[in-house]
Amino acid sequence: MVFEARAQLLDADDIARIIRRVSHEILERNKGWDDLALVGVRTRGVFLARRLARTIEEIEGGSVYVGELDVSLYRDDVAIRRASKVGVTQIDFDVNDKKVVIVDDVLFTGRTTRAAMDALMDFGRPAVVQLAVLIDRGHREVPIRADYVGKNLPTSGNEKVKVSLTEIDGTDMVEVGEELER
Amino acid sequence: MTYWGAAVAEGILIKGGRALAFPGGLTGEVDIMVDDGRIKAVEKGIAAGVATVIDASSCVVAPGLVEMHAHLREPGMEYKEDIASGSRAAARGGYSAVFCMPNTEPTIDNSSVAEYVYDRGVNEGLCMVLPHGAITLGRGGETLAPMGEMAACRAGVMGFSDDGAPVSDSEMMRRAMEYACTIGTLIISHSEEMSLSGGGQMNEGYYSTFLGLRGIPPEAEQIGIYRDICLAEKTGAWLHLAHVSTSGSVELVRGAKRRGVRVTCEVAPHHFSLDDSMLVSYDTNLKMNPPLRSRGDVEALLTGLADGTIDVIATDHAPHASHEKETEFDRAQFGVVGLETCLALVLTKVVDPGVLSLEDAIARLTEAPARIMDMGRWGYGTALTEGDDANLVVFNPEYEWTVDPGEFMSRSRNTPYAGWNVRGKVLHTVFKGRLVVTDGELV
Amino acid sequence: MREVRGNRRDLLSISSLEKDEIINLLNSARSFAEVSTRSVKKVPALRGKTIVNLFMEPSTRTRMSFELAAKRLSADVVNFSSSTSSLSKGESLKDTAKTIVAMGVDAVVVRHGSAGAPQMMTAWVDCPVINAGDGMHEHPTQALLDLFTIRELLGRLEGLKVAIVGDIDHSRVARSNIHALRKVGAEVLLVAPQSLIPQDIRRMGVEVTGALDEALGWCDVLYLLRIQLERVNESRFPSLREYTLLYGLTEARWFELDPKPLVMHPGPMNRGVEIDSRVADEVESVITGQVAAGVALRMAVLYDLLGGSRG
Repeated sequence: MVFEARAQLLDADDIARIIRRVSHEILERNKGWDDLALVGVRTRGVFLARRLARTIEEIEGGSVYVGELDVSLYRDDVAIRRASKVGVTQIDFDVNDKKVVIVDDVLFTGRTTRAAMDALMDFGRPAVVQLAVLIDRGHREVPIRADYVGKNLPTSGNEKVKVSLTEIDGTDMVEVGEELER
Repeated sequence: MTYWGAAVAEGILIKGGRALAFPGGLTGEVDIMVDDGRIKAVEKGIAAGVATVIDASSCVVAPGLVEMHAHLREPGMEYKEDIASGSRAAARGGYSAVFCMPNTEPTIDNSSVAEYVYDRGVNEGLCMVLPHGAITLGRGGETLAPMGEMAACRAGVMGFSDDGAPVSDSEMMRRAMEYACTIGTLIISHSEEMSLSGGGQMNEGYYSTFLGLRGIPPEAEQIGIYRDICLAEKTGAWLHLAHVSTSGSVELVRGAKRRGVRVTCEVAPHHFSLDDSMLVSYDTNLKMNPPLRSRGDVEALLTGLADGTIDVIATDHAPHASHEKETEFDRAQFGVVGLETCLALVLTKVVDPGVLSLEDAIARLTEAPARIMDMGRWGYGTALTEGDDANLVVFNPEYEWTVDPGEFMSRSRNTPYAGWNVRGKVLHTVFKGRLVVTDGELV
Repeated sequence: MREVRGNRRDLLSISSLEKDEIINLLNSARSFAEVSTRSVKKVPALRGKTIVNLFMEPSTRTRMSFELAAKRLSADVVNFSSSTSSLSKGESLKDTAKTIVAMGVDAVVVRHGSAGAPQMMTAWVDCPVINAGDGMHEHPTQALLDLFTIRELLGRLEGLKVAIVGDIDHSRVARSNIHALRKVGAEVLLVAPQSLIPQDIRRMGVEVTGALDEALGWCDVLYLLRIQLERVNESRFPSLREYTLLYGLTEARWFELDPKPLVMHPGPMNRGVEIDSRVADEVESVITGQVAAGVALRMAVLYDLLGGSRG
């Protein structure tokens, strides 16, 4: 399968603006950075979480906990797809009574977020769990809703959204397109 | 002495095959007329006029094969094989005579059991079933079996062996050889130094190390063979070494023959067709004793065949029930069936690569064992001359086929050759003038 | 041997694994090691899967390790050992295998005293077979966890010098480790009297010596095998005392060593035989680390073979 882009939706500046806005929204909703933790879902959610944390720290000072979640072992579709490589989960802080924001790049069916919540709960009992995503493309299959959305992007089911981030892809952008059989 | 089968009224005309006789060698296309159990005529252009005409064009017509070493399991282990199923397998493999080893229950160590086996073979009437007798009572290695009685009974036992196990006690072997000299019989030795090989599962070497299976060192066989050659040299006994499998063994026999020791030996088809590297499959059909050896040993066995050190090709046909093979490797029984695949393996692995000519290869399956076992006593000859008993095998040396154990006549299917493409197929077998196998199937 | 047979895969030996398969399992084990450090040491990855531990030879450590690994992945585990099963009543391995299949399981972990038994079972069952040690053949998960431990502690595998000391001939751990270490580019030196060295083992790409002191100054990793008293009765060496004298990691040898190699042992250690008790105390942390790594590594193996679809 190869991804063929049809349109670029966001460029680097758009993404930077979204990070700043969502950082403000998180601070506003949680009344500051006290007990705030950002947990990124591997792979690109981790980089978004780090950017949000850095921005929040710039805005308010203080420091925000950052964690990384690999949800492979919590997926509900292990029985129907090939086992993926399992990445490292790293949560070096006590999640009990924290205000945890799960960060992911694209919200689609909601199943990854469901898996991320299950994984998170195995580390303790947060005071509150919220969800921040860069793109919400609709087509939910479970009752999950994002608290912070970078951009709502109505798509058809067979379209693909591709998020590129400098840390791993060398550039910041979001494209929409199709996966084509080679 | 012979009374296999009733006299056959109908004649058989085998047309257009090339006859292979000893002496005589391979002829051009010729017709062979068989009547009343005997060869009536061998000449070109015999007119039909008998009920059965066999088209033998592109086939070789040779004397029926002689198996010096088979385990037919009867009496006592009929679930593996019996004389009926063993005879059918032998006939289908092109054999006219099968010598069966005495490791039955009870052991063939007296004339009653020997005659029982012989009579059962006569009843089946598909080939001669001739027992070898045990050297020691119950193959226990402690008391000499009555060789004289067995030799004198109607089974006419001439070869004596505790095969399956060696006569470990050297004094016992010496006395057995001395006594055999007096009776005029042959000692067939399963030579093995058990203190070296005990518990072994396969040839000792890289592959036993790789697979974590206990090894049977080549030296266990060679020490046994050396001892038996020494004793034969001392006593003047007539010694035949069963299933020689290592290059060292071939060298020992070669040296003994050069010194004039009265020794012959045989090789089993699996020992020149397979080697121990194949055991990486843990296929228990590759487990036998002596075990499959290294590639170098295989080469040495082929050289031994080529230079005449190895006199006979004998299958060591050793049937086992599926539950005795479909089990952990170290619990599986030793042995493979061989009667129905031997000729094809000889043609594929010995004749095709040019190790032996067709004539020389077939001689190791007919003329040589017949000479050693004095088959003239049983009316078996290899000269294909008029008046001889008609024991013939008609095979197509070019015919390619795939080994399917499901088609075996043997009661057991423990073959390592399932799915092998081999060349050379027995199409017809004539025993005492009767067509017992035609187009590869029992009549 | 992780062979693909249709849609089904097995772990039967190290000898048939590719280097990158080994490295992938080690990498994956790292992620699983983290699970065992959590307060809730369980992930739902293999929920609804059933794994049978078929142990036809006494083993506590390996069986427990596989059981923990399966349970931490939320699989159901059934233990079937020869002392409590129909195997002691003479049921054949084939019939046992067929019975297990009929019960509908998703994987079988096999420990057996006969070399090749797990490989044979693959013909009789339709689910993945994992070799947990077969006779003197292989013990692939042990070698993988040993590699994992070495890499965690020394940071690399390639180019490392590993000496394996003891009863090589009877050791499936030695065979699996030799294959594994050679595949990842380590050098291997076997140390034992010739009577404990199997035929033609050099063809596996190893060197052999009878002198322990030759190995001690050379190796980065010193892997001691458990020595068993019954080998004395087989005349493999004269006595345990003489074995210790020639091949034991005695205090005198240990304290002279500088720098000291990483000492490993598959356990349980025979204190006073292959290793002096005080030396054992000093190096114990590595050996218990091997045990912890075993659970993570076996989680990685189970997840690799069972996680994900069969298509």
